[in-house]
Amino acid sequence: MRVRTIEISVGLFLVAGLLALAMLALKVSGLSVSAGGGTYRLYAEFDNVGALTRRAKVSMAGVTVGRVVDIEFDKNTYMARVAMDLDADVNTIPLDSSAAILTTGLLGEKFVGISAGGDDVFLKDGDLVEDTQSAVVLEELIGRFLLNSSDGGD
Amino acid sequence: MNWCTESMVSLGRWGVDTVRVMGRATLILFLMLSRGGGGQGAFFPLLVRQVYVVGVLSLVIIAVAGLFIGMVLALQGYNILVGYGTEQAVGQLVALSLVRELGPVVTALLFAGRAGSALTAEIGLMKTTDQLASLEMIGVDPLRQIAAPRFLAGVISMPILACIFSMVGILGGALIGIDWLGIYDGSFWGNMEQAVSFADDVMDGLIKSVVFGVVVSWIAVFQGYESMPTSEGISLATTRTVVYSSLAVLALDLFLTAVMFGDL
Repeated sequence: MRVRTIEISVGLFLVAGLLALAMLALKVSGLSVSAGGGTYRLYAEFDNVGALTRRAKVSMAGVTVGRVVDIEFDKNTYMARVAMDLDADVNTIPLDSSAAILTTGLLGEKFVGISAGGDDVFLKDGDLVEDTQSAVVLEELIGRFLLNSSDGGD
Repeated sequence: MNWCTESMVSLGRWGVDTVRVMGRATLILFLMLSRGGGGQGAFFPLLVRQVYVVGVLSLVIIAVAGLFIGMVLALQGYNILVGYGTEQAVGQLVALSLVRELGPVVTALLFAGRAGSALTAEIGLMKTTDQLASLEMIGVDPLRQIAAPRFLAGVISMPILACIFSMVGILGGALIGIDWLGIYDGSFWGNMEQAVSFADDVMDGLIKSVVFGVVVSWIAVFQGYESMPTSEGISLATTRTVVYSSLAVLALDLFLTAVMFGDL
């Protein structure tokens, strides 16, 4: 009987561990993009990526559909080449869609937002998003604002 | 000149001893792993019994510690973040720090104190009272019968305990944050889900805890085996287990964090 109690409590212990892991997966990390099936790779070239980092979100219409996996400098075009892994389910992004680097809130993190175009041909694995809009660099904006206001003052 | 040679001699002796200890430790690890499954008599009941001793009995201290640490994190985080008007970020602060760091590390430290020291003392006393030698005399391999189940039980229990620690801590943080400090629960859990990724954060924390489980149980079993067969030797070995495993866990944590999150 004593051995049986031990076995039961070990079984409960293992179940509790699995439950905790399941809760960490579902409730805490909201397991979605990374584990939900396959992904496909898209590229986009930006004049300036600002503070965009790896693992940043890629979203369409405010919904996360992928993540940034790599950012490197393209020495031929002098632009930043961003590689993104998108959910395999989201395979109907028109060819003329545009990518922009946006910010969540005023000081929030940077993410890539994709706005759908109107083409009936869709982007495939390894394609380049042609139409891009760079990150808004706050310092440049302030600089431009100061320049404008001093112009206006004259 | 004489002093110079003397110091070289002691340095050399220290070097040889260190290599020898490392070699014996590696040998014990290898033998435990290779003999764990085979041999006469069922291995599984031994393992279950040790998971009970090492894992289930550590559950209370792990859960209570996790609860308090989660609560304190939420309180401290709230006090700082409320100054910037971003107290909704308490959820992700608590979850990320628990899942990535505090879960695996504090669990490993508590585990070294609660289970590792007990393992060392138990094996050390068995050695002192010649039980290990007697086992060998009657043809039972003590590595397989005594050491391997304890080691494997530690490796199995650590990640489970770390998961439970993190989860209880997050629930404690939610208790303080939502019910006491009045953070809106939608943004508390929502921000947490946004910030924590399963593949990067939860899995990396799990990998860390498996590594810590191996290291702590290995040190505990080895120190028990190496202890001098006196009462003083056992107390020394128990102290060593706690000190060495704590230092190893903290140093390995820096290394693993650098590899996992530092883009090394």
